[in-house]
Amino acid sequence: MADLHFELVTPEKLLRSEEVYMVVVPGSEGDFGVLAGHAPFMSTVRSGELAIYSGPNTVAARIHVEGGFAEVNEKGLTVLAEQATEA
Amino acid sequence: MPSLKSLKVRITSVKSTQKITKAMKMVAAAKLRRAQQAAEAGRPYAERLNAVMASLASKVTIGPQSPKLLAGTGSDQVHLLVVATSERGLAGAFNTNIVRAARKTADALIAEGKTVKFYLIGKKGRAVIARLYPGKIVHQVDQSHIKNVAFSDAHEVAEDLIGRYAAGEFDVAHLFFAKFQSALVQEPTELQIIPVPLTAGDDAAASGASAAVEYEPDEEAILTELLPRNVAIQLFRAMLENAASEQGSRMTAMDNATRNAGDMINRLTIQYNRTRQAAITTELVEIISGAEAL
Repeated sequence: MADLHFELVTPEKLLRSEEVYMVVVPGSEGDFGVLAGHAPFMSTVRSGELAIYSGPNTVAARIHVEGGFAEVNEKGLTVLAEQATEA
Repeated sequence: MPSLKSLKVRITSVKSTQKITKAMKMVAAAKLRRAQQAAEAGRPYAERLNAVMASLASKVTIGPQSPKLLAGTGSDQVHLLVVATSERGLAGAFNTNIVRAARKTADALIAEGKTVKFYLIGKKGRAVIARLYPGKIVHQVDQSHIKNVAFSDAHEVAEDLIGRYAAGEFDVAHLFFAKFQSALVQEPTELQIIPVPLTAGDDAAASGASAAVEYEPDEEAILTELLPRNVAIQLFRAMLENAASEQGSRMTAMDNATRNAGDMINRLTIQYNRTRQAAITTELVEIISGAEAL
């Protein structure tokens, strides 16, 4: 299965741009996981923890994000966060 | 003819001025590099936000119930000019250029019979604007304590602006800042920030926005949340560009000043040497004619 292209951007810099297995995003109406090939989707993000999975059961990193929104399109997942701090 | 001593004093003073301008140039060059990096780092976010806004804009129709930030207040009588200048001088024509651009727009608006108000970021534009448009300055943001512009600074300003907008203090806001092109060229730029100008641009069509995108919550809710953020981002970008432009402008100005000081030192040194030679010649003539008389 192809990897998911994931980008995490804050106003100050492009924090991450990498291929990952899955990302769990704290959406404003509930957490959601994004795998490769996800349908086009857009959601606002609440403050919370964003988990990056490098494999089905391995969490590569957890990042605390504050506000913003996430967009899934054919190119991958882009999270625009107001603030992001690596946990 | 100035005396030898006074020439010497002047040369020393110009030399120390040159040292200062040279140091300022070096500092500006170092700061410029950092400011430029910051400005470039902020670009991806702004680009993506714009793309998303454009694709949303093509979905939402502007109606009476749509957010004020998007639709406007329905009139355009009161214009707020947000003028971003620097906190320090000695940056060449940097501040003058921004203020001039703002004045041009202000005069045009006043000629149309509109009310113009000023909202200043940075203190360097204050003197001129207060003199030309007395009593029109509604607020001034003090940035002298900020070393590197952070997003939270822009966010505060944006919230203040949106609060004033919601309170009906103005109908349209324009932002003035210097766009950074290179260390030599900074272009004063005007940008409308409120209401948010939405152009359903080519980006939307190019990124395949026509595909069925699911929204959570719905489009309107996302847009309502995005609009204030867009204002903050525009301000943030302007502040970053301004910071880079300021340093670029200062570097150029200080480079020129250093070179001028060098020219001046050369001229003064020549004059000093001539005066010294003239004094020696006079002395010799005096001695020789004295010896001949004996």
